[in-house]
Amino acid sequence: MRLKIIYIIFFFNLNLSIYSNEPSFESTIHKNLRCLVCQGQSIADSNSDFALTLKMVVKDLIEQGKTEDEIYNFLSDKYGDWILYKPKLNVENFLLWFLPYLILLIGGLIILYIIRKKGKKT
Amino acid sequence: MQKIIKFTVVLFFILILLVFYNSLNRGTNYSTDYLVGNKLTSISLKNFENNKTLTNNDLKKNSYTLINFWASWCAPCRIEHVNLMKLSKEENLKILGVNFKDKTINASKFLDDLGNPYDYLTKDTDGKQSISFGIYGIPESILINDELIVLKKFIGPINDQDLNVIKEIINSS
Repeated sequence: MRLKIIYIIFFFNLNLSIYSNEPSFESTIHKNLRCLVCQGQSIADSNSDFALTLKMVVKDLIEQGKTEDEIYNFLSDKYGDWILYKPKLNVENFLLWFLPYLILLIGGLIILYIIRKKGKKT
Repeated sequence: MQKIIKFTVVLFFILILLVFYNSLNRGTNYSTDYLVGNKLTSISLKNFENNKTLTNNDLKKNSYTLINFWASWCAPCRIEHVNLMKLSKEENLKILGVNFKDKTINASKFLDDLGNPYDYLTKDTDGKQSISFGIYGIPESILINDELIVLKKFIGPINDQDLNVIKEIINSS
């Protein structure tokens, strides 16, 4: 019986902690939207007039049944990709997305070459 | 192989230098100027005095429309108002005023005191409609043609230079 109670308490707490840590759909979107009139803040972190208005618009769009991507597309049409903290992949920013992987690959190849070369010498 | 490694490292540093050079030469102030050429869609603005709604079709009738976002509490709006009054005399241009997050009584007093340059007067009480126009502060103005394509955006008050630019565009055809 005591074990059952411990189990119930454990799972109840686990559920609560899972729900409390999980960001809502709305707040996930807020965190990816730049407050254009603030210094390096997302609209989630800002209480500026612009951020508050944008939050209302996001809420309306969610209520209309728009998906996360549709909301981002709508806002980037109006304000450009600058409003998104995680911009969409395009010709202008493809280097930003792939350069780290490219550097990792080239670095890996160089390291592999050096290791092999040392291996041959020994 | 060593040559390739050296070449890769040099190429990498050149790339970093190019990125730095490009970033340092880029303007730091955010602007929506590059959105010129976009078409405005689904315009829906409430009339200032009644519950009628102004839509795309109302603006398609005009050769050129200047959409001006203003408020009585906005000091720069007072400064640009003189130029809006001058523009209201232009035949090719209609001016649409969007009263932004303002009290009706204050907005009416503002227009009574300084004159009403607007052919259409609408209101955006909570500011949500302005997001559809890419507005992030006032005053801002957007010059569109009869196809509702953005020809020019003016961030901040319309000054004498902007006035001439608008006149040049609307009288060019």
